[in-house]
Amino acid sequence: MKQFHGQALSWELSDGVIEVALHREPCNEIGSQTLEELEKLATALEILTDQSHALIIYSDLKSGFCSGADLRELYCRSREMEQAKALEGVRDYLKRIHRVMNTLDASPLTTIAAVHGVTFGGGFELALACDLIIADKMARFCFPELRLGLIPGFGGIPRLKRDLGNGVVRDLLLTGRSINATKGQAIGLVSQVVAEGEALKAARATASQIGKFDRRTAIAAKQFIKPIPYEELQREIDIFCDLFAQPAVERGLKRFVESAEVLPYLP
Amino acid sequence: MRTADQTLDEILNLAAIHFKVPRQKLTPDDDFFKTLGIDSLQALDLLTRIEHHFNVELPDYELQGVSDFRTLAGRIQARL
Repeated sequence: MKQFHGQALSWELSDGVIEVALHREPCNEIGSQTLEELEKLATALEILTDQSHALIIYSDLKSGFCSGADLRELYCRSREMEQAKALEGVRDYLKRIHRVMNTLDASPLTTIAAVHGVTFGGGFELALACDLIIADKMARFCFPELRLGLIPGFGGIPRLKRDLGNGVVRDLLLTGRSINATKGQAIGLVSQVVAEGEALKAARATASQIGKFDRRTAIAAKQFIKPIPYEELQREIDIFCDLFAQPAVERGLKRFVESAEVLPYLP
Repeated sequence: MRTADQTLDEILNLAAIHFKVPRQKLTPDDDFFKTLGIDSLQALDLLTRIEHHFNVELPDYELQGVSDFRTLAGRIQARL
């Protein structure tokens, strides 16, 4: 399938580059619909990889790249079930999203997240699964999960630690503060900072450059330098599920979903 | 080094330009959420613009409870 148009995302293969556009209002929250379509992408990659050298993921929405997991859906679904069932559902959901993230992380393609605006929580984790992050100067990165009594659950902690080191993880995780693209570049998270609205263009230029290299060499280089921290990823799922069973989480989710605060995204 | 008044003035100018509000309509003690009519995402946008403009880092938790330009300017001034 060289192209796909779903409710949450679309993709198209052209000139060896797969462009994945996120377009679920209001800010690409990752719920069950997005997950299903990401799984379709992961499956399609098995075939498309032979015909491509790079993948770019970006958002079509002005609000930002992705604000993370769909907390409203998570809250509503978990309230409909008894706790054991809800926990089972959360674990299943996490396993599925981890499979997608791991597929993207380990893909033989060179993957680029072209981000702008809000790149929070699961959105940040999606970007971290990519090889390169190219950021519009208005992008902001954040792990707000502690506000809810949780940790990031889509693989963010092990991947950030792999890429940047424990000190940066502690700063972002334990304070829940957001950082801008310039700071992201200073700490080695962001490979390029570009002007407003220019991230996709810069990602395309980068993908074009990548296409000049021998594929086998590029794949060998990526496999050598980018190990997937499978053990820590599994531990992350376990810790997330342990925490999810705590009453503080339901309170945190309820507060978020019902919040009339003007700054619900700020931890 | 900027004075506190200069910092405040620059924030008011920045907000007026970006959110397309006449500068003369903005005063230091305005609630910027109401005056600018902005939501949380736009507030983050404003924070990013301020950080770039002043070349500072302002942890967003320092903005909790801050809703007027004067207090915001004070937070920025403390990091210049």
